[in-house]
Amino acid sequence: MSAILELADVTRIHGSGATEVRALRAVHFHAHAGELVAVMGPSGSGKSTLLTLAGGLDQPTHGAVRVEGVDLASLGYKGRARMRRTSIGYVFQDFNLIPALTAAENVALPRELDGARAGVARRAALQALEEVGIGELADRFPDEMSGGQQQRVAIARAVVGERRLILADEPTGALDTDTGEEILRLLRARCDAGAAGVLVTHEARHAAWADRVVFLRDGVVVDESGTDPAESLLESDAAR
Amino acid sequence: MSVRQALLALLEQGPMYGYQLRAEFERRTGSTWPLNVGQVYTTLARLERDGLVEGTGTDDEGHVIYRVTEAGEDEVAAWFTTPVSRSHPPRDELAIKLALAVTVPGVDVGAVIQGQRTATMAALQDYTRLKRTGRAALPGAATDPADLAWSLVLDSLVFAAEAEIRWLDHCEARLRRVAATRDDVRRPGEAPAAENATDKAARR
Ligand SMILES: Nc1ncnc2c1ncn2[C@@H]1O[C@H](COP(=O)(O)OP(=O)(O)OP(=O)(O)O)[C@@H](O)[C@H]1O
Ligand SMILES: [Mg+2]
Repeated sequence: MSAILELADVTRIHGSGATEVRALRAVHFHAHAGELVAVMGPSGSGKSTLLTLAGGLDQPTHGAVRVEGVDLASLGYKGRARMRRTSIGYVFQDFNLIPALTAAENVALPRELDGARAGVARRAALQALEEVGIGELADRFPDEMSGGQQQRVAIARAVVGERRLILADEPTGALDTDTGEEILRLLRARCDAGAAGVLVTHEARHAAWADRVVFLRDGVVVDESGTDPAESLLESDAAR
Repeated sequence: MSVRQALLALLEQGPMYGYQLRAEFERRTGSTWPLNVGQVYTTLARLERDGLVEGTGTDDEGHVIYRVTEAGEDEVAAWFTTPVSRSHPPRDELAIKLALAVTVPGVDVGAVIQGQRTATMAALQDYTRLKRTGRAALPGAATDPADLAWSLVLDSLVFAAEAEIRWLDHCEARLRRVAATRDDVRRPGEAPAAENATDKAARR
């Protein structure tokens, strides 16, 4: 089984000298096709850092980040940007919607930038908005929506199209319990359909939807709960 | 556990024998708290002694059928209208374990917390999987009251596990804060090993 996302011995240091912050230290992390992995840890433990590295939005100080076997560092800026439009869906901690575009336009943008025809991109966008339960808000602008509704637009943008890797940073932060659960159901369904998902969350009940939960402390992976599909394969091999 | 009241409440639905009572109890609680048949029959014997149920003879296969008496009905009504007592919190092994871990020298409290958090998270993952894929998730669950009951029991387990993890996070954060203030008190160059650096600094 191949990992869609792999962080190999990744360290990320911000600043230098007295102000140096080791946000991640020698982290090994992976997510396979069909797998949803949750990342938990206290504020400042490196969760968002891990996710931005995985999404090619930031570069590691040491180590390698591979998506579908490709080292992101070898792609260059343009290659990474293309990867982000086509293979990687990203839900930011603070939504990151473009204020001048409607909900549907925000969701359609990555595909349009990638050369899809406007009508095709819009139809996919409407469907994704429908899936997150706000189809009727397609033509609203971000400042005409509640925080929870904007968050759902951000999620629709991350899952639209054939994303192989979905990275979500606190995607349920501004949502009530039921809506939060719906979003988890949606992420889970995408992973069951073959995507790899990484979910950063403070909520244990949301992390519990994942196959594995990885605990970060001070930039280090300290523990893991749940089963690793690769390991359970090894076990069943050994049992034979 | 209130097996006594639960069995009485089930008998309000109609007369039943021991095995049936056990099955009905487990249908509603998803065998979260398994009852053995012996326990059911001893409880029924005590209820009969106290005049809360009475035997109504046997069925064709020889099972003794019980039904609730008027006094039993009153007891059930009182059970439903009285809140579960919170004045004596049930003994909580984890809270006791942590209370001792922070006071007994040489225990790695951080490891105790992390080990428990991983175990509780694994249980929470199991409950969530059951909710997602089990009996409670079937389309019929909305209409069968026993399935609804089981799904609410499952929710209760989810909330309890979640609360436990939040509490563990809280304990860890507080212990880190305490450790950090101890470090602040220490002067640069001072030997770091002092267990009670705060006391030493205070004495100086
Ligand atoms: N650009 C930056 N420059 C300097 N330090 C940074 C930068 N970005 C992050 N850090 C530091 O790296 C550490 C990890 O930050 P990160 O954002 O990954 O934490 P987090 O686990 O996502 O926290 P939260 O739960 O609060 O979102 C923190 O100490 C943070 O201050
Ligand atoms: Mg963060």
